[in-house]
Amino acid sequence: MVATREGQQMANANKARLSDSAKAEIDAWLTKYPQEQRRSAVIPALHIAQDENKGWLTTQLMDDVADHLQIPRVSVYEVSTFYSMYDLEKVGTHKVCVCTNLSCMLSDSDAVVARLKEKLKIDFNETTADGKFTLREVECLGACVNAPVMLLDRTYHEKLTPEKVDKILGELE
Amino acid sequence: MGNINHVCFRNFDLDQPWTFEAYENMGGYKAWRKILRGELTREFVLEEMKASELRGRGGAGFPTGLKWSFLNPNAPGQKYVVCNSDEGEPGTCKDRDILRYNPHQVIEGMAIAGFVMGATVGYNYIRGEFYEPIERFEIALQEAKAAGLIGLELKDTKVAFDLHTHIGAGAYICGEETALLESLEGKKGYPRFKPPFPANFGLYGQPTTVNNTESFASVPIILEKGSKWFSEQGIPNNGGTKIFCVSGHVNKPGNYEVPLGMPFSELLELAGGVRDGNKLKAVIPGGSSAPILTADVMMKIDMDFDSLAKAGSMLGSGAVIVMDETTCMVKVLSRLAHFYDEESCGQCTPCREGTGWVSRIVHRILHGDGKPDDLDLLDNVAANMIGRTICVLADALAMPVQSFIRCFREEFEYFIEHGKSMVEGN
Ligand SMILES: Cc1cc2nc3c(=O)[nH]c(=O)nc-3n(C[C@H](O)[C@H](O)[C@H](O)COP(=O)(O)O)c2cc1C
Ligand code: FES
Repeated sequence: MVATREGQQMANANKARLSDSAKAEIDAWLTKYPQEQRRSAVIPALHIAQDENKGWLTTQLMDDVADHLQIPRVSVYEVSTFYSMYDLEKVGTHKVCVCTNLSCMLSDSDAVVARLKEKLKIDFNETTADGKFTLREVECLGACVNAPVMLLDRTYHEKLTPEKVDKILGELE
Repeated sequence: MGNINHVCFRNFDLDQPWTFEAYENMGGYKAWRKILRGELTREFVLEEMKASELRGRGGAGFPTGLKWSFLNPNAPGQKYVVCNSDEGEPGTCKDRDILRYNPHQVIEGMAIAGFVMGATVGYNYIRGEFYEPIERFEIALQEAKAAGLIGLELKDTKVAFDLHTHIGAGAYICGEETALLESLEGKKGYPRFKPPFPANFGLYGQPTTVNNTESFASVPIILEKGSKWFSEQGIPNNGGTKIFCVSGHVNKPGNYEVPLGMPFSELLELAGGVRDGNKLKAVIPGGSSAPILTADVMMKIDMDFDSLAKAGSMLGSGAVIVMDETTCMVKVLSRLAHFYDEESCGQCTPCREGTGWVSRIVHRILHGDGKPDDLDLLDNVAANMIGRTICVLADALAMPVQSFIRCFREEFEYFIEHGKSMVEGN
């Protein structure tokens, strides 16, 4: 499936607004910074907004974040497009982020990637037809002595092998 | 070999070493409690820091005590201490373990730094993917606050230090300290022009000191056991132990905290030697930004800042990436070039264009489309990337490029001529 077009359609269809509980969470972050530095909370705020919208950000949500922080909307877009953890299009229920950087490559991340693609029947930056998985190639995850490594949603999986990949995906299916 | 894992990793054989109790039982917060009781002066602590010969563990190896002396503790206005836990240099994964297993030692180190520099507020900037380390650090921080050790209004003391966890969202460049400060201010991670340095114009424009997680975690033990004890762990001008993240083609990859100045051959032995009894080919001794060195150079070298600099590379972040004889150097450089191309923030032309250019040239060599003059072109592009940008991300690719061509020219030439790797199986 073509992630981009689908994503844009969804973007129009998704009318989710920043919830009150998300706002409360953002307010807790705001207590960490000087009063006139509300902008400092934008990175955590976008994480919060993304987490409550099934892993991706709509323009509406970014605007809600901007309004809640009382900062220009464009300064929020600037951040959401700069950092790789934000998704601006619909993603699968699970994000599979596999590291292929040097230490992982030397420990045969190629075999891990091949198995992921074969099992999920998608390439990097695609989402499975059932909407369950999005596959990503990422840079060093900072766990290199346990290479190869992937980040599945919020959990690191280390010393991966194709067999381990089968098992991990199997447990989610 | 002895002497392993006893500064930042000293608690690793304890049960649940990350808890407040475990840290206190080990002697943790002793130095900070002395400071709270008014038993240590700023001058004393600063002198101890200088005498310890602790050098920054984040990459540049700048003497920590000297850095701390750049901030005037008595100058008016808010000052900040910031911990760099953005760990993203390929090969590097030590701060993650410090945060997961010994978070209190980072907290205590930051508090002591705050005291010395008159900074009453600190932030620990942790990369966003580190869900588990973020949680561990935050829990530890709440424990320290509950114990009355961290905060702006502590009982029975004039000292104040408040600390907060901040998180990133995926950008290698935010490890560069001024990009990190921009990011902490809620902006995209564009490095700042220097000067002014953070000591004068840092977070929110206020005097700020940024240190690496491992640097901060080394501080409490310097005060606990004395600067002499610490400096003698290492060799002159390279005090203490250092965590080496040994990855790649070794039998026992892992984080090893060993005395600075340990011969590489001993470190390799600790890591179980080269896998499958293969021959060592090359090592990147200090993270992906450090120039590569060949096996014969490495087997004679000691792992400290000065020895590695003398050999034309650097100790960097302490990430030791080991490659055996089966490794294709064209493939390795291609992957590194791709990384820097992806992560260049795009602010400076030589970096934005240069990283892409290098990446495309190496990529085409790897895919059998190399041209006879590609190596000269690579050399030339690399030379034009060095020293021309706001931060050193461009240099961090250009210097490795030059080192790969210098050490493995034949292998690149072979690939260009034959359209395939000189190394079998690649
Ligand atoms: C592109 C780039 C990435 C960097 N990444 C990190 C990092 O992830 N962690 C870190 O501590 N320092 C990193 N640094 C170095 C910091 O700019 C800074 O020198 C360091 O945090 C200072 O701490 P130290 O004196 O304790 O080493 C990076 C530098 C550059 C140019
Ligand atoms: S290179 Fe894959 S986690 Fe560091």
